[in-house]
Amino acid sequence: MMQSQPARRTVPQASEENRRLLHELVEYLRSNHGELREQWAMRITDAELLTVMTADEIFSEVTAVYENYVAALETGSVESLQAYARDLSERIIPRGVETHEVLGIVLLLRDVLARALFVKYEHDGGLLNRILDAYEPAANRIAVTVGVSFVEERERVIREQQEAIRELSTPVLQVRDRLLILPIIGVVDPRRARQLTEQLLSAIQANRARVVVIDITGVGSIDLTVANHLVQTVEAARLMGASAIITGLSSEIAQTLVDLGVDLSMMRTVGDLQGGLEEAERQLGYRENGSSSASDHSAM
Amino acid sequence: MSVAILAQGDYLIASIQSDLSDTEILALRDDLSERIGRLRCRGLIVDVAALEVIDSFVARALRQIAITARLRGAETVIVGIQPDVAVAMVQFRLNMEPLRATLDLDEALALLDRWTGGHGFDQR
Repeated sequence: MMQSQPARRTVPQASEENRRLLHELVEYLRSNHGELREQWAMRITDAELLTVMTADEIFSEVTAVYENYVAALETGSVESLQAYARDLSERIIPRGVETHEVLGIVLLLRDVLARALFVKYEHDGGLLNRILDAYEPAANRIAVTVGVSFVEERERVIREQQEAIRELSTPVLQVRDRLLILPIIGVVDPRRARQLTEQLLSAIQANRARVVVIDITGVGSIDLTVANHLVQTVEAARLMGASAIITGLSSEIAQTLVDLGVDLSMMRTVGDLQGGLEEAERQLGYRENGSSSASDHSAM
Repeated sequence: MSVAILAQGDYLIASIQSDLSDTEILALRDDLSERIGRLRCRGLIVDVAALEVIDSFVARALRQIAITARLRGAETVIVGIQPDVAVAMVQFRLNMEPLRATLDLDEALALLDRWTGGHGFDQR
């Protein structure tokens, strides 16, 4: 008694009647499940949802969802449906099922059932109204639960993938005594940028580097936050006694940096990694071995 | 005050051993300026490796030390800024111009030698 008290407070006054009507409704849905399920599966096929799944698969999922749906209507608890929706999402997300498809099938089921109610109670408008009053909030809550479960599952997958990408960390490589290179490939978000900075600075300390070549040939695009982070990394490296050379700025990134108005006066940039390494070796006082330089016109 | 100040040839090496209060760092500034003149130093190395925080006040004081030292005839190099300290400094946009920084004492001595023509080890 005590336990049901807080739950009942939130339910409207007609809760007893609601519950009775829902019970009647559930009985009806149970006894007609074969026909309604068939209708629903047909509507799904007609709407061209879940096209990546075979008809048999759709039928077995439809059966399971239907049972969970009716059970959720009966008990008012969405927990088992939620668990099922998570599990279903986990299975279908890797196969490329989209959010609109999942929402679509749940809404279709809601419509199929609502229509069945219309047919059953068409002779008694008042009863139909009350039945719908009981049915609609429950059905909407179920639709929301399934949708949210699916999106949550998707976000979890995305988070996992981000983690995996982050773990393929960017190496800081020593090329020569006191010379490091940091090749950056892929998308740089603020979090990765911060991680790169930390890695680079501790590598500077560990290897006693004096020059660092940061190669961003593999970076497709850059935004203001990341650009500023790059500038900060260069400055932080300078505070640790290492000068940084940025190489491989694509023309898009160069344009972006100019458009964003990032202050690049502190940055030493060289066209490609080869040029950057040559510049670094010059700064470190290594003798160049002659022929490699592009400006070496006299040899031609 | 926990700062060891050592003369090394033409250079003065100030090694800060622990976090300094604002008054202490200002005292250090005046002390260094006075010694540079008295000892006729041509280079000053400030070792900050023990500092866990370099706030705007310390950063400004370090800059002032460098500028004062230059007016008194000595170039300044900061040594041993820790990685996380460096990150914090650039995030707070602490302006350290025209200060030069190096990783360790060897580097600082080599840099000063290049600037001053190399009197760190052979004189006196």
